[in-house]
Amino acid sequence: MSVPAIEFRDVSKKFNGSGYYAVDHVSFSVEEGEFITILGSSGCGKTTLLKMVNRLYEPEAGKIFLFGEDTSGLDVVKLRRRIGYVIQQTGLFPHMTIEENVATVPKLLKWDKEKTKERVRELLKMVELDPEEFCGRYPSQLSGGQQQRVGLARALAVEPKIMLLDEPFGAVDAITRIGLQEELLRLHGGLKKTFLLVTHDIHEAFKLGTKVMIMNEGKICQFDTPQNIIRNPADGFTAALIRSAREQEKLWEGYV
Amino acid sequence: MSGMMKYLSRHYDDLLEALLEHLELVVVTLVFSLLIAAVLTVAAVYSRRAGEYMIQAFSVLYSVPSLALFALLIPVTGLGKTTAEIVLIAYNQYLLLRNFISGLYQVDPAVIEAAEGMGMRRLQVLWKVRLPLSKKAFFTGIQLAVVSTIGIATIAAMINAGGLGTILFDGLRTLNIYKIIAGSVLSAGLALVINGVFKAVEKRI
Repeated sequence: MSVPAIEFRDVSKKFNGSGYYAVDHVSFSVEEGEFITILGSSGCGKTTLLKMVNRLYEPEAGKIFLFGEDTSGLDVVKLRRRIGYVIQQTGLFPHMTIEENVATVPKLLKWDKEKTKERVRELLKMVELDPEEFCGRYPSQLSGGQQQRVGLARALAVEPKIMLLDEPFGAVDAITRIGLQEELLRLHGGLKKTFLLVTHDIHEAFKLGTKVMIMNEGKICQFDTPQNIIRNPADGFTAALIRSAREQEKLWEGYV
Repeated sequence: MSGMMKYLSRHYDDLLEALLEHLELVVVTLVFSLLIAAVLTVAAVYSRRAGEYMIQAFSVLYSVPSLALFALLIPVTGLGKTTAEIVLIAYNQYLLLRNFISGLYQVDPAVIEAAEGMGMRRLQVLWKVRLPLSKKAFFTGIQLAVVSTIGIATIAAMINAGGLGTILFDGLRTLNIYKIIAGSVLSAGLALVINGVFKAVEKRI
């Protein structure tokens, strides 16, 4: 078997002054090219887990490996430049144009100007934004969905092998979200990258993930393909989650 | 009125000299204030708590009246410009740091997180993200510091630091109404003009 893209070995995280573990002795591994969605309610530790991958949070115990390399021994800045990172509030730089925003990491890596420019255009096309129209604009002149597309393009700029997405579509309306989800699936399929996406939306998690990780109170309840989870929920929490999603579906049936 | 004109025509060179001296005091103070504030602000970026302590300490200092601070320093640095500049620089630290540091921390945390998550070093985050997004606060700090320096520098004439205060206090001592008017109009006018310049520039940023 090949080296896993991401591996957690008995990783824990407790925040200062907090009596419980945000992430509680978690172990798992992710193969390259998988699209993992991490599902749980707020406070379950899913975002903490994600942020330990690019070391925005440092684990308190345990080790995290990326392609077999122990991340705690790497230069944190270099590590982060190799990992794509997308957050809910987009985090676009309001004082920079779309072009400058997307060019952030290439600039940090001191890419050649022409190459950067070329790459930015390519990326904007990839997320279906017309470079001619958008390069010179500022984030505030874009809709929420367009901003998140720029956020995606920015994260993909230097072809990271691993992409971390922290509730990327949490702040956009339902119709835009469906469009962006399709987009993300298309990007993932075409790129063969490893995606880790945090969400609290069960539909999103099961629609996007090749595997879904269900988290509750800092622990992993189940980590399996969507089909296996739906067929055999591992515990009460998971079963309740699926039941609640089914209940919601019923709401629509009466109106067909 | 004719007395005032006579005074002005006879003493315009004294007035001009006092004005230039005043400006010199302001410029020297400002240059050193900014240098020190820049260093302290960078320190505050590395330790937020250190920043809070500094602001608190300088706010205590700021609440001490200038004359008292001058008096306290005279045994150490004597009468004259140096003492005045030290006090003015210390006052400015409060005005500058409070605005600089709170400006830096007012930047949207999501933007900072994105910058760090993409692999910017701390000074890159400061230089490329925090600073450009808080330039208004920096500008306000500098504006307050300049205007306050012009005002307090007038009082510094009491300890032989020169400047427009000299004219004013001379006038008060000798009950010369023309000197009083010339000194106060010039120092107030200087503050107003500089403030106006800042207001005009502020609209452009």
